[in-house]
Amino acid sequence: MIRVEALSKSFDQKMVLSDIQVTFETGKVNLIIGKSGSGKTVLLKSLIGLNPIEEGHIYYGDRDLTIMDASQMKCLRQEIGVVFQGGALFDSQTVLENVMFPLNLFTELSEREKRERAVFCLHRVDLHDAENLFPSEISGGMKKRVAIARAIVMNPKFLFCDEPNSGLDPLTSIVIDNLIYEITHEYGMTTVVNTHDMNSVFEIGEKIVFIHEGRKEWEGNKEMIAHTENKYLNDFIFSSKLFKKIKEEL
Amino acid sequence: MKFLYHLGQYITFIRKAFCKPEKMKVYSKEMILEFEKLGLNSIMLVVIISFFIGAVLTLQTAYNMQSPLLPRYLIGYLTRETMLLEFSSTIVSLILAGKIGSNIASEIGSMRITEQIEALEVMGVNSVAYLVGPKILAALVINPVLYVFSVFIGILGGIISGIISGVVNFEDFIYGLHFSFNPYYVTYSIVKTLFFAFIFTSIPAFYGYYVQGGAREVGKAGTKAVVDSSIAILTVNLILTQIML
Repeated sequence: MIRVEALSKSFDQKMVLSDIQVTFETGKVNLIIGKSGSGKTVLLKSLIGLNPIEEGHIYYGDRDLTIMDASQMKCLRQEIGVVFQGGALFDSQTVLENVMFPLNLFTELSEREKRERAVFCLHRVDLHDAENLFPSEISGGMKKRVAIARAIVMNPKFLFCDEPNSGLDPLTSIVIDNLIYEITHEYGMTTVVNTHDMNSVFEIGEKIVFIHEGRKEWEGNKEMIAHTENKYLNDFIFSSKLFKKIKEEL
Repeated sequence: MKFLYHLGQYITFIRKAFCKPEKMKVYSKEMILEFEKLGLNSIMLVVIISFFIGAVLTLQTAYNMQSPLLPRYLIGYLTRETMLLEFSSTIVSLILAGKIGSNIASEIGSMRITEQIEALEVMGVNSVAYLVGPKILAALVINPVLYVFSVFIGILGGIISGIISGVVNFEDFIYGLHFSFNPYYVTYSIVKTLFFAFIFTSIPAFYGYYVQGGAREVGKAGTKAVVDSSIAILTVNLILTQIML
């Protein structure tokens, strides 16, 4: 479980996040949704320690990230897997080398064991026969899968995904969403997904947090979101004609 | 004020680059790759430039020594002195600052804008030590080697052009090479190459690492890295010459 208390963050005296209070639950897919520029990515990067925060606390279980020293932070980082928006795969390494990278640095496994673990993770994300390809030789959807495989290779307790569906077609988006959902339940991880994809909201949103202009505006799940009275959330979710029509039929 | 801020940031950056590696084996592998990228891939450029500069130096020295009172072996002597003292250390390092410097700045800058550096940090890897440390160490080893290589190739170019054009014979040129040789000049130049190697890897890496924005900013960082590395090399060259000679 990750608990955020009174988190605030500003850039050049401009408040980007203000007094965020939220709990991300273990074994569930927790979604952070909101318009572009609402502060979702800043919140996600604050959660993983890439953005230092000015006020508030972030608890991983009972460990407060905001007061951790370098060695405690290093231990925590090995419990975290992150899927970045563009995949952030290392261009100079093959798919297999990318997935093996954390194992090479942080484990004492033999070369054969590392290879087996990396291949297992690649197969888990339905990637076969792509081990020796370079990131420039694979599609966007495959890159996201490799990024997921790399994120789970160390058996993390916490998985963070920054807009995993961006740039993907609807079919591939659903495949990636389902993969995240399955992996979360299979490994009992605390998963936090940053998205503005409405299909993801209705497919995998076990817990949803809506951020509007740097503030937490709403919190609930995919069943509750369809009947919300919150104006900002309604404007955001049902902005397209298709979703407006769906809402009318609900 | 801004200069002091960047200087402080650069010093912190260099300190991070030499922090204890997470795993020596992985870093050693990176260093071997850097030997290839920075060293082996630059040999051909150094060979071509050194050969032609050595050849031209010989012809120009001969052209400026028309007086029969001046011995011909001075052509070999002056070619050696120029290659040994200045060209193979400073000018070759300036050329490498252009080739390697822009390459390092754009490589690390691209990694920054595609979130690869964030990915390293989030895994618990010291991204500066992993990306920059091996590059600096590899350049510190390879630049003196390239210097020695450049001196020999330059002198070879001088001998060939001198003999083919008939401005000096082989014996005179070789006598000039041995004439009044001071081994300390080699030490002085090798010390310079070490400083220059540090400059043309660390400054571009610094600019690449702190890039913000997109492809345009990466390009700008590459240009700025080359300009600033070149200025730093020339300044350090002047200071070291004053101190060491």
